[in-house]
Amino acid sequence: MTRTLKWTLLAPYMLWIVVFVIIPIALIAWNSFFDLEGRLTLDNFVRFFSPTYLKMSFISIWYAFLITFISLLVAYPTAYVLSRTRHKQLLLLLIILPSWVNLLLKTYAFMGIFGMYGLVNAFLSLFGIPAQEILFTDFSFIFVSVYIFIPFMILPIYNAMEEMPRGLIEAALDLGASQWTVIRRVIWPLTLDGVKTGIQAVFIPSLSLFMITRLIAGNRVITLGTAIEQHFLVTQDWGMGATIAIVLVLMMVVTMRFAQATPRA
Amino acid sequence: MQGILRLYAFVLIAVLLLWSTAGAIEKQAYQTTSDAIIVYNWGDYIDPGLISKFEEETGIRVIYQTFDSNEAMLAKIAQGGTPFDVAVPSEYAVSRMIAEDLLIPLDLKAIPNLKNIDQRFLNQSFDPHNRYSIPYFWGTVGIVYNAHVLGEGAIKSWNDLWDPTYRNSILLVDGAREIIGMALNSLGYSLNDTDEAHLLAAKAKLDELTPNVRAIVGDEIKFLLETDEATIGVVWSGDAAEIMSENEAFDYVIPEEGTNLWFDNFVIPKTARNIPGAHAFINFMLDAENAAINTEYVGYATPNLAAHAYLPEDVRDDPRFYPDASVQEKLEVYRDLGKVMLGRYNELFLEFKMHRK
Repeated sequence: MTRTLKWTLLAPYMLWIVVFVIIPIALIAWNSFFDLEGRLTLDNFVRFFSPTYLKMSFISIWYAFLITFISLLVAYPTAYVLSRTRHKQLLLLLIILPSWVNLLLKTYAFMGIFGMYGLVNAFLSLFGIPAQEILFTDFSFIFVSVYIFIPFMILPIYNAMEEMPRGLIEAALDLGASQWTVIRRVIWPLTLDGVKTGIQAVFIPSLSLFMITRLIAGNRVITLGTAIEQHFLVTQDWGMGATIAIVLVLMMVVTMRFAQATPRA
Repeated sequence: MQGILRLYAFVLIAVLLLWSTAGAIEKQAYQTTSDAIIVYNWGDYIDPGLISKFEEETGIRVIYQTFDSNEAMLAKIAQGGTPFDVAVPSEYAVSRMIAEDLLIPLDLKAIPNLKNIDQRFLNQSFDPHNRYSIPYFWGTVGIVYNAHVLGEGAIKSWNDLWDPTYRNSILLVDGAREIIGMALNSLGYSLNDTDEAHLLAAKAKLDELTPNVRAIVGDEIKFLLETDEATIGVVWSGDAAEIMSENEAFDYVIPEEGTNLWFDNFVIPKTARNIPGAHAFINFMLDAENAAINTEYVGYATPNLAAHAYLPEDVRDDPRFYPDASVQEKLEVYRDLGKVMLGRYNELFLEFKMHRK
C-alpha cells in the first residue's frame, strides 16, 4: 500500500478523532481552569481535593466496584453455560435484546416494578409479606445498574469461552486434574482477557452514572456523574464540572491500564 | 486511489447538499414575518385549545416549543439560534435576563388587558414597573401530605417534617433553592439569606431530616405521590394541585413559617422577530375569559383578577392556592443571588444529598 493511499484512507477517521475527541477533551481541560467568575485559576482542582468531592469519588468508585463485581459474578457462569448450550444464538439474542430498548424506558419500568404497589410487592403480598420499600435503596440502585450493564459483561466473556479450545479441558481432566483445578488453571486464565474487557465495559460507565441515581436511588447515591450534571445544568459552574470530568477521564485511564487485555504473542 | 477520492468528493457534496436543504427547511419553518410567532414555554403549561383559538382570531400561526428548566431556556435564548418571540421564565431568570440584556422592553399600550392583573402582583422587585415582564401564573412551595394516612391537619409547618414518626416518608423536589430555602425558613431566616453561618445552620438542620427523606426527585414526584409511593412531598403548588386531582387522599399546606412565592412571566426576548405578534399573544392570554380557561387547564394560581369571575367558586376561594393577605405577607420571592452564591447553595445541597442515614 502506498503512503498516500494509506493517508487518504485514514483521513476521514483522523478528522473525526480531531473534531469529536481531541478538541472536546481539550475544551473540557481548558474550562477546568476557570472559576465561576471566569478567572483563570487552579481553584477547581484544590476544591476537588476537599472532603466533599473526595468522598463523592470514593462513593462512585465503591458503587462502580459493586456493580462490576456483581455483574461478573452473574455473567461468568452464564457465559460458560451459554457457550455449552445448543441454542446459543437464541439465548444470546435474548441477552442482547434488552439493550435495544431505551435506557430511560427501562428505568421507568423499574420504578413501576419496585414501587410500593408495584409488581414485586404484589407478589410478596401473596405470601402475606407486607409492602417493602424497595425503590430508592442501595439494593434497587445496584440491581438496576447490574441489569443494564450485564450484557456488556456477558458478551466478551462468552467470546473468550468460545475461542477456548475444548480439547484443553478434556486433556486436563484426562490427566487427572479435578474440576476445580480445571476451572482455576485452564478456563479462568484462558478467559481472563474477556473478563478484563467486560470489566472495562462495565466499570467505566458505572463511574459516571447519573440518571439512575435520581430515578432509582432517589439522589441518595451521589456519583461524580451526578455532580457533573448539576454543575453544568444547574449551578452553571462549568469549571468545576469540567474539573470533575477531567478527573474521571484520568480515573478511566488508570482503569484501562489495570484491566488491559494482555497482548497475544 | 482515484476511486477513494471520488467517494470522498461524493460524500462531501452529499453533506453540503443535505445541510443547505435542512437550513432552507428550518428557515421556512421559522419564517416569522407577520404570520407566525414562536412561543417558548414550560412543558404542558398552556391549554392547547387557546392556541388554536388565538390562531383563528388573529390569523397568526403559533409555533410552540417547550423547555424544562430556566437554565436550559436561558442558554438557548442567549445562544440565539431560534427566533423565539415569547418566553415564560421564572422571576429570578427574568432578573438575570434583564441584567444580561436579553429582553426587549414591553410596549404596555399594546397590552390593554394588563388592567386585568391584580395590582398586588405588579411592580415586583425583580422587574420594577413591569418594563419587561407580566406575570403568567404564580404559586408557592409547600407540603402535600396524605390526609387519609396521617390525619387531617397533621402537617402545618416546615418543622412538622422533622417529626421522627415520618421516617422514610418524605419526597423532596430536586431543587437547591427550594430545599435550602425550606431549611432557612424553618429556622426563621429569609430564603434569600446569604450569611454563611445561617446557611451552614440550614445545612445541619437538613442533615437531621435525612432519616425522614425517602428520595430527592424531579418531575417524577407527581407520579410517585399519586401512586402512594410516599405520604409526604415538598412540591410547587401547581404540582400539588395536579397530585390532589389524581389522588384525593392528598392535601396541600402553605407552611406557617413562610415559604417561597414564585412567578412565571411573559417576556419578549431579544431573539424576537414578530414583536407585534408577541404583544398580541400576551394580550390574548391576559383576556379574562381566556385566562380563566387556561387556569382551569393548568391548575396553578392566576394573577388575573378579572378571570376570577369566570372561575368556579371552589377554585378561586381555595385558600391553599389563593392564600389570604395574612399568609401572603410571609411569602418571599427568590432574589437572584448571583452565580457565586447560587453555586454555594448548590454545593450545600449536594453535600446534604451525600449525607447518609
